[in-house]
Amino acid sequence: MKKPISIKLNGSVRAVEIEPSDILLDVLREKLGVKSPKIGCERGDCGVCTVIMNGRTVRSCLVLAIEADGAAITTIEGLQADGPTPLQQSFIKNNSFQCGFCAPGMVLSATELLAKNPDPDEEEIKEAISGNLCRCTGYEPIIKAIREVARNAPKSSRGKRR
Amino acid sequence: MSDPFKFVGTDAQRIDGVDKVTGAAQYVDDLDFGPNLLHAEIVESPHAHAEIVSINTSAAEKVPGVVKVVTGKDFPYTFGLYMQDRYIFAKDRVRFVGEQVAAVIARDPKTAKRAAALVKVKYKPLPFVLDLKEALSSHASLVHPNLANYRHVPWFFPREKTNIAHWRKTRKGDVEKGFAEADVILEDTYTVPRYAHCAIEPHVIVGLYDLAGRLTLWSASQSPYTQRNVFAEAIAPFGLTHKDVRVITPYVGGGFGGKAGVSMEILGVALALAVKGSPVKVRWTRAQEFYNTYQRQGVIAHIKLGAKRDGTITAIDHTLHWDAGAYVEYGANVVNAVGLSATGPYRVPNVKIDSLCIYTNLPPGGPYRGFGYSEFGFGLESHMNRIAQKIGMDPVAFRRKNAIKEGDTLAYGAEMNPSGLHEAIDRVAAEVEWGRKEESENPNEVIGKGFACFWKAPAMPPNAASAAFLKFNEDGSVNLTVSGMEIGQGFLTVMAQIAAEVLTVPVSKIRVELPDTDRNAYEWQTVGSHVTWGCGNAVRAAATEAREKMLETVHRALGFEKKDLYLENEMVKCRTKPDFALPFKSFVINGIQTSHGNFLGGPILASGMFMPEFTSATGDPETSQGGHPNVHYTVGAAAVKLAVDKATGKMRVLKAVLGVDVGKAINPDLVRGQVTGGLLQGFATALYEDIRYSKQGKLLNPNFTDYKIPTAKDTPVEIVPIIIEVAQPDGPFGARGVGEHTMIPTAPIIANAVEDAVGVRIKTMPVTAEKVLLALKGIDYDDVKGDTMGLCFMDKAENYKFNVGAAKGK
Repeated sequence: MKKPISIKLNGSVRAVEIEPSDILLDVLREKLGVKSPKIGCERGDCGVCTVIMNGRTVRSCLVLAIEADGAAITTIEGLQADGPTPLQQSFIKNNSFQCGFCAPGMVLSATELLAKNPDPDEEEIKEAISGNLCRCTGYEPIIKAIREVARNAPKSSRGKRR
Repeated sequence: MSDPFKFVGTDAQRIDGVDKVTGAAQYVDDLDFGPNLLHAEIVESPHAHAEIVSINTSAAEKVPGVVKVVTGKDFPYTFGLYMQDRYIFAKDRVRFVGEQVAAVIARDPKTAKRAAALVKVKYKPLPFVLDLKEALSSHASLVHPNLANYRHVPWFFPREKTNIAHWRKTRKGDVEKGFAEADVILEDTYTVPRYAHCAIEPHVIVGLYDLAGRLTLWSASQSPYTQRNVFAEAIAPFGLTHKDVRVITPYVGGGFGGKAGVSMEILGVALALAVKGSPVKVRWTRAQEFYNTYQRQGVIAHIKLGAKRDGTITAIDHTLHWDAGAYVEYGANVVNAVGLSATGPYRVPNVKIDSLCIYTNLPPGGPYRGFGYSEFGFGLESHMNRIAQKIGMDPVAFRRKNAIKEGDTLAYGAEMNPSGLHEAIDRVAAEVEWGRKEESENPNEVIGKGFACFWKAPAMPPNAASAAFLKFNEDGSVNLTVSGMEIGQGFLTVMAQIAAEVLTVPVSKIRVELPDTDRNAYEWQTVGSHVTWGCGNAVRAAATEAREKMLETVHRALGFEKKDLYLENEMVKCRTKPDFALPFKSFVINGIQTSHGNFLGGPILASGMFMPEFTSATGDPETSQGGHPNVHYTVGAAAVKLAVDKATGKMRVLKAVLGVDVGKAINPDLVRGQVTGGLLQGFATALYEDIRYSKQGKLLNPNFTDYKIPTAKDTPVEIVPIIIEVAQPDGPFGARGVGEHTMIPTAPIIANAVEDAVGVRIKTMPVTAEKVLLALKGIDYDDVKGDTMGLCFMDKAENYKFNVGAAKGK
């Protein structure tokens, strides 16, 4: 029993037919062609499927696609209309990632953090990304890059998402 | 001393950074194969050991959307890297819970899953062995009754009609005499359980056997060429040769050894052959990732160490029994590597090492970052502290006194390579303020410090080779193709830096391409922390060949003497003609026009190759003397400052220091990345990662809820990496490998710091808060640990006293 839904995905309205049991992550990857949210554990533990739904990060493996009907979803592809954001540039500059599999989810969690709290301290950064597992880096270069971009942002632009 | 290099030794930005941070990086599961892509679900054994009586697939085959159901009858072949003891599908018997018995291929994953539940397998349960003592007993059930008939590398020594798959013996000097000379002898047993790699990307493979008979695999792997070789050998009965098999490896989401060799990928090969013309995907769930790839092997290590009153080590007798699981095609080489190196980085005149690879009915063991050195390091480096205490010597001074030096004789008779071990010991001790007692502001917390040395050599066949192809583009940029794998360590960037240094082309103008066995040059596999060294040498050779060709072209076209020509800033220059500067882009494709109007030269292409020609695996089976199995050791030291809460047993890492001799840091920032990453991964194994099996051999915690890996909140307060550079003479710009090493010392520094802080010695990993608190209350964890075996052993550690001499078999 297919059902049509519509998602505002990275700024474009996308219509898609789904089964009521379909998971948002699978619909994004298989039906809408957005591959940056990854499949890591399928039970909400690892955070590689993170997307921003209506302004908040969610684990798209724990969301039914039907719940996203009418929602605005941002994946990492949608962050960078004008090229990599200052946060992404800081990650690139700091060699923050190794294998990179956790990077899309990590970028989105950190983006959400900076939108809500433009100048987080180290503990706040750790708390914000603690749902995104990284097995390679020991997190240190990721935390450093987030701190750097928070510190360097001009006061007036802090809190704005690009 | 000023560094003569422009690109080597700099913190170059990763050349894969933009791909990964923008989401452009594609991993196997991200590749599109169109609507004809099929999906597989695996039918798994619920038994640790059983005969397969019958398999009925008829109900599954009737489900609409099912394309094919495959069983062991369709693929009665074995495979394996060092020993061919593994089956594509379990054929007559299953040997661990979760082993593949059959597969359902369907149009979509949900249908495959539903149909797999309808495959009826009738089993006759057999006695199983989970415990090492049981596995070695005279009445033990044999995991592989057919062991004597398996093909294996010549340096393995299986014992037929036993569960001993390999026994590496190393003998040097006279241990009895050594112990007689000792003033102090300490003997004890240490145990290390299994661990899981937990790369965040699960294993996945897509196979396509096309209508022309060409087999292509897209594989999340560290080992594209080794996979091609193992695949081609396993399916030779189908008439495919190496040129018909192609392995493509896009970005891979972490490896740590778990994606080395061939594990579940063999299923992608078999299933592709079963559905000619359609691509088929096998993607592991997180649970399968835990129980059906490789796990780090458990070990029970019995150490007897003798030392003189002045701190000189006189002898070591180190016996290691490894729980290698149901198949040891790769894991037996971990056992082998340890059998050669379990002295640790110390000068020991009299050595007896027995390293035994033992089959059990648990998931297959295999390589994991450190390749056995983490496992034996826990016991050995704990023991080093304890014997130092016994003779009343500072544990750092004791290590320093015995630390191995260049030219010292190794356990197997070869000479030690150049080493900065003493520098590492001194600088790490200074950084952690060794000897200074520190106090916590929290009255419940006690601060202790722990110290350990480490070493590791790549474990490779003696002829493991690397190769590289390099070509220039019209604008003077470079494409480099190698088959070392970017598993996160920064391999691509380091290869670009090496080529950049030779060619004077900036790193940003060099693209290093991910492996495709049809196109890229050969690499054995990306394991053992050897690719910076081995593949780096190949890349350096390729770049040098390209340089020679460029100089030759200029010489032929313009008449300059080759000896006067050199490269600088992407131009060919001439020492005798200072105003001459020919940009690469003017000639590296189209050649140089002569005074006659014709062109000389053409596209600049080059190749490079490296194989260590001095190694051999011909050591005597009874002593290991006579061969040269290891290329070199990377050495170092590490220390931790640890706060232990006396009320809860909880521990916090306040400061971790790790000094490692990398020969030459091609990219210091990437070395620091290996230190921070390896330390955290290691601390997790030391403190809380804790695998549990039921007494029927079923893994109880195959997920991140119940098997905790570190989050951002579990990081040490401070990490200090120390890079030491004592050049490796045969390394590219002096480099030797680093990657695995940073994880190796983590467990013993924790155990040693716990003892320093609160006076209890934990001899079983992990050193959990629970164990520390129980020990503080005088309770032995082994008395209360309960029913789920976290280990390769169910009894108390001290009850595993194996008499190696008496083990049965020839």
